[in-house]
Amino acid sequence: MRLPAPTKSQPVRTEQIILFRVSGQLFAVSSASVKEVRSVDTLSGAAKEIAQAGLRKVRHIVQRGEHSLYVVNGAMHFGLPPFAPALVFVLRRTRTALLVDGIEKMTTMTRLQALPQAFCNDERDWYRGVTAIDQTVVPVVKPEGFLTPDELFLLDSSLQSNGSAGLDSTIPDESPSEATLLESSSNVAVNSEPSAAPLGFKGAGLDPTPSIIDPSSLPQ
Amino acid sequence: MSPQTQTDSESFVLLRLAERRFAVAAGDIAELVAPSRIFRFPHHTKEIEGVILRRGRIVPVCDVAARLIGKSLLSRRFYLIAQRRYTNGTEWIALPVTGDCELIFAEMIPASEADLPPVSGWLSHDGDVIEVLNLNALTPGPNPTILPAPTESLQQQEALS
Repeated sequence: MRLPAPTKSQPVRTEQIILFRVSGQLFAVSSASVKEVRSVDTLSGAAKEIAQAGLRKVRHIVQRGEHSLYVVNGAMHFGLPPFAPALVFVLRRTRTALLVDGIEKMTTMTRLQALPQAFCNDERDWYRGVTAIDQTVVPVVKPEGFLTPDELFLLDSSLQSNGSAGLDSTIPDESPSEATLLESSSNVAVNSEPSAAPLGFKGAGLDPTPSIIDPSSLPQ
Repeated sequence: MSPQTQTDSESFVLLRLAERRFAVAAGDIAELVAPSRIFRFPHHTKEIEGVILRRGRIVPVCDVAARLIGKSLLSRRFYLIAQRRYTNGTEWIALPVTGDCELIFAEMIPASEADLPPVSGWLSHDGDVIEVLNLNALTPGPNPTILPAPTESLQQQEALS
């Protein structure tokens, strides 16, 4: 008698996420959506101030090669109290650089629940869904949700009318590739879980490079 | 109870919001749970306080008291977990209540055009006339029903009842 072949259990799909805080509030973003993590110090001097009436969350623009990145204040975007941002996330496949307080840790999520349909306003554009990490519910942000097409149009129009030719500021790259300014995981205790990937994992393009951030300022 | 009455009776869960009682069709109720930690994050749906974790699900908490009795609840004793129907499925929603809930069997009188959208009907219980709630109209959703200001109309109805 032949025994039935053992069924292979489906591997659990996981997604690497970065838990970060904006004005004290915890959020998550897919690591793969974050192209770079920089200290805000590296933006000073590279960012040019813009004033777009009606869009207070964007006060600066950074020219990045052929593209301009709009620096979005996370607290203003979410309607949270003002804060002093320490880091900026350059979000992949968007024109958004997001100002945040800092990184809580990196971890993996195994389940992303769609945002309950009872949430029926702007937040549907802000979040991909919600996940539970260590018995805490964390909203997972949608990178493209920080600037709507209308807002981008408004910003682009404003730049053109103000003569954007003068925007020659650029973020200095420390490496020819996409650089991150965080230390390698051995020095940055952002992985509190065994399943968490090191900071320098390739999926998010977070290659370990010399850091400008003081590692002691990151959570241990 | 006559056979005819038994046939027409439906089961309802009575819930208490401050001094008032309302009814919800028992088939729409999943469970009654003790209050647990509410997780809050930024959003613009003002009726939603936050979410709770229940049986692995993330359930939004909707305080319907403001709409029904004109003021938010200062204290809450339980969350009544109800099923909210949407065009593409059903989801749980947690309604804070201030007292014990009770399962009753009663005959519902359907709402008339004069009733507000959150009221799907009326029933009589223990000498009280109790509004049966329409959760689809009462709680927010992708296509929210525009509800008129609650307090005045409901108070008028209460006075009439």
